[in-house]
Amino acid sequence: MNKIPESLNEALQYLKEGTYDVLAGGTDIMLKNRGYAEAPVPFKKNMLYIFNLDELRYIATHDEHIAIGAVTSYASMLRHPDVPDILKRSIRQIAGPALRHVATLAGNIGNASPSADGVLVLYLLDARIILASADGEREVPIEDVITGPGKHTIRPEEMIKEIRLPRRTFSNTFFKKVGARKADAISKTSLAGAARLHDNVVEELRIAIGAVNVTVVRDRSIEASFKGLTLEDLKARVDEVAAAYDSLIRPIDDQRSNARYRKQVSFNLIEAFIRQL
Amino acid sequence: MAEVTFTLNGEEVTVDKPLNMRFLDVLRTTLDLTGAKEGCGEGECGACAVLLDGRIVDTCILPLASVAGRDIVTIEGYRTTERFQVLQNAFVKEGAVQCGICIPGMIIAAESLLSENPDPSDDAIRTALSGNLCRCTGYNMIIAAIRRAAKEGEGLW
Ligand SMILES: Cc1cc2nc3c(=O)[nH]c(=O)nc-3n(C[C@H](O)[C@H](O)[C@H](O)COP(=O)(O)OP(=O)(O)OC[C@H]3O[C@@H](n4cnc5c(N)ncnc54)[C@H](O)[C@@H]3O)c2cc1C
Ligand code: FES
Ligand code: FES
Repeated sequence: MNKIPESLNEALQYLKEGTYDVLAGGTDIMLKNRGYAEAPVPFKKNMLYIFNLDELRYIATHDEHIAIGAVTSYASMLRHPDVPDILKRSIRQIAGPALRHVATLAGNIGNASPSADGVLVLYLLDARIILASADGEREVPIEDVITGPGKHTIRPEEMIKEIRLPRRTFSNTFFKKVGARKADAISKTSLAGAARLHDNVVEELRIAIGAVNVTVVRDRSIEASFKGLTLEDLKARVDEVAAAYDSLIRPIDDQRSNARYRKQVSFNLIEAFIRQL
Repeated sequence: MAEVTFTLNGEEVTVDKPLNMRFLDVLRTTLDLTGAKEGCGEGECGACAVLLDGRIVDTCILPLASVAGRDIVTIEGYRTTERFQVLQNAFVKEGAVQCGICIPGMIIAAESLLSENPDPSDDAIRTALSGNLCRCTGYNMIIAAIRRAAKEGEGLW
């Protein structure tokens, strides 16, 4: 049966004993299962409604990381001073205020879309996801949670409890989403970048690209190969940076865009990120 | 079926409906409150907006389960407030209403904005309306109306 759990433990008990789909903000799953007006939404499974699970509605600042509870809305993240600015910039590009008041990052992960805007920044920030079940918790890097479009490694008896963002400072961050009308645009291509410079030397370079492969693209070996360059050298080699991603940028043709356009846009975004450093 | 209790326009109500009903249908059909409209039915137009704990949400993608224990204000409840009078007056003066179907949602969006930011810039107004579509006015009059309401209703928000 459908449930509205009043505590996390109660929710985890249901997940242990039955088969449920979790509904947080519902902004994805309501539409994926859309039926007829005035009739109940024809969900495929029993539903676990966690929107009112206030226990998971929090943002907590720790020494090493920021912890975001799974039911925290995008709007609350925008209001919180310790949520990284790069995440806020991506959230501001997600739909309009009405959606941001209910939708969650956990739902963005559960949706497992390669064009998800929140998830893109989670890749960039090396986010770790706390998956809870009645038998305990495990902490998993975001790239091990999402494995393909609509595919993830969250077990049926588990749910996302928390998202952890390591606290890092960058000299420069970049977020750009290319889409159509803002309030309903799913990214055609998007890029989040971050760099840490010291005495004009690139100490760290991070690039995450959305909607160009089956998952968000992030390649630490490419990033490492440009470490240690001076800023001028890096900028002079901007074409090389873009070329390094060539084989990873394998976009699909769909109703939103075509592959050639997406590839060109991704190269342009990589260039734009490097040039503005 | 399940009983869900919440506050609706200041009064506690309980409805006995499946948890997976769209809240929009519960409002319009079960509770006979037809101020929230179905435009797109997919979270893009804002015609179905209400206030949930004072903040705008789209009810076409909100299941009944999500309102349990929450405070809901629809345009029918909001129209009894002084703030509504100011907004209505401003919309009339700026000629911001044509066919009217988007307007309940626009008023809800304006209240959600002004209660957080009583003196919004034009940019903030545009952002606040970014999830609301109007196919008649071209938006500029609506933006002017909200700017006017913020001024004429100073101190109310
Ligand atoms: C008009 C419109 C515009 C949109 N624009 C954007 C956009 O610009 N960018 C973008 O990235 N997305 C966009 N979306 C998609 C969606 O709003 C986001 O992905 C949002 O973050 C989903 O969050 P939710 O809480 O509503 O998810 P839900 O619909 O509640 O859940 C989505 C999925 O995640 C699972 N899930 C949710 N919570 C948990 C949990 N705690 N543990 C395990 N699984 C869980 C659910 O079972 C479901 O499979 C848009 C949607 C609409 C309707
Ligand atoms: S009808 Fe709900 S947003 Fe359009
Ligand atoms: S007045 Fe007609 S849609 Fe806005």
